[in-house]
Amino acid sequence: MKATLQKIWNFYYDGFRSMTLGRTLWVIILIKLFVMFVVLRIFFFQPAMAEFETEEQKADNIIEQLTR
Amino acid sequence: MDSLINLSRMQFALTAMYHWLFVPLTLGLGFIIAFMETRYYRTGDEFWKKMTQFWMKLFAINFAIGIATGIILEFEFGTNWSNYSWFVGDIFGAPLAIEGIFAFFMESTFFAVMYFGWEKVSKKAHLVSTWLTAIGTNLSAVWILIANSWMQYPTGMAFNPDTARNEMVDFWSVVFSPVAINKILHTVTNAYVLAAVVVIGVSAWFLLKNREQLLARKSIKIATIFGFVSLLVLIFTGDGSAYNVAKVQPMKLAAMEGLYDGENGAPLVAFGILNPEKDICEDPEVAEDPYLFEISFPKMLSLLATREMDGFVPGINDIIRGGYEFTDREGNTYIEPSFDEKKAQGTLAVHALKAYQDAKKSGDQAAMDQARTILDENFQYFGYHYIEEPEDLVPNVPLTFYAFHLMVSLGMFFLLLFVLYFWAERKNKLENQRWLLWLGIISIPLVYICSQSGWIVAEVGRQPWTIQNLLPVNASISGVESDHVLTTLILFGVLFTTLLAAELHIMFKQINKGA
Repeated sequence: MKATLQKIWNFYYDGFRSMTLGRTLWVIILIKLFVMFVVLRIFFFQPAMAEFETEEQKADNIIEQLTR
Repeated sequence: MDSLINLSRMQFALTAMYHWLFVPLTLGLGFIIAFMETRYYRTGDEFWKKMTQFWMKLFAINFAIGIATGIILEFEFGTNWSNYSWFVGDIFGAPLAIEGIFAFFMESTFFAVMYFGWEKVSKKAHLVSTWLTAIGTNLSAVWILIANSWMQYPTGMAFNPDTARNEMVDFWSVVFSPVAINKILHTVTNAYVLAAVVVIGVSAWFLLKNREQLLARKSIKIATIFGFVSLLVLIFTGDGSAYNVAKVQPMKLAAMEGLYDGENGAPLVAFGILNPEKDICEDPEVAEDPYLFEISFPKMLSLLATREMDGFVPGINDIIRGGYEFTDREGNTYIEPSFDEKKAQGTLAVHALKAYQDAKKSGDQAAMDQARTILDENFQYFGYHYIEEPEDLVPNVPLTFYAFHLMVSLGMFFLLLFVLYFWAERKNKLENQRWLLWLGIISIPLVYICSQSGWIVAEVGRQPWTIQNLLPVNASISGVESDHVLTTLILFGVLFTTLLAAELHIMFKQINKGA
């Protein structure tokens, strides 16, 4: 089991170390994910129904909007 | 309110269209690479390995830059479209969750083996990983397309008036709905054609530069066959799409063809210029002609939509006025209700939902049952309650019409392109036909325009509905500030344009380096 895990670790470790083009791509991926999940998600994309605590409250809110 | 809806729609359209710039190349190129590697596995010829690795680099760039751009759509569901997100319930959530857990992890796992594993795993294990990466990317798309198809043709669900959510009652009906099957095949084969054209275009550039000639010629050979076969399936499923649209979204078909007044034996417009003065429900005595110019195939639209040369295809005005005989997807024939009748039924359904809630609060079971019955009987037109005027039911006709005709024309052009390249490659004449090589390069932006046009037809054509007949955009929206949506719209524009510029820069650099 330990040997298998070691093999998997080495596989990825060596793979990442030997990358050339891949390094640039990883930088782009990490910047993109940071912008998406940290900047956009936290500061700009709060769920619209975050103020409601229970599913029942959310349902009541939607029903109220749909039936008014 | 209108500004909020339009900005939210614009934002969603921008995000979806940018996302779709990255996705189709991944879907198609994965299989082309897998085929090349299979040749390497069978022959042991290092040339095939080199060729596989070259295209794999382009695949990696596209995959890395495009990955997760679709997640922003999910942010938008929760923030801008919360009513919609709640209303669709687990029907939309289940396919997306399966996509995330199964397909995404599958493709990501094997993607790593595909890139890091050339010297680490056996040739066979590597080949299997490459195929599984290709299959995984396509499986991701399948689940998204199932979710999208349900919005166009809601099936396999029941509305729960206690929660105001649609609940899945028949998973397989959602997965195997005829609209979903057709949409999956049509969309993925579109992606295969796109990838084939990109491979041809890049290879044509090598031939023009007198570089990588063997790689370019072999790539062209594979891409023309792959693209041609995919295009045949694409045409076949395009016919199926038109039939489905005629059955479940007749207003979309009418907009695609600029058909205002329906007829038996309706012609199919091959090429046309719409009359900008044309309006809906005009007095027949003074009604404008819908086209300034048109070339049509007689009776072909009827054949496409009804499978009969003289079948009746309703136009925009017919759909608003109702009163014509219509046979639905399940084969039921009935007299189509007018807009006013559908709106009245929608209002009955919405009022019944309110009555159900009131009865529930007062503990009146009999009133709850009565309201539930009225709701169920009229639910199929629930969304019409929110449509104020008949013209609100009509999508943007010029955009839908021109996008549809552009898509079809370009599709036919690519058929010719594949035949010409196949012929020139077989006759060893590719290098001498510089005009053909240039045509291949020019085809790269054209194939992206074609692919985007398809989505414009599908999504603009179904307006005003987010869920066909059940929920229009004005009832789907959250109560957020329009300034907030504008800010995020600009941010997305900047983010995606930067990503696209990065992709193109790295891609061109790698192509220039060669194999």
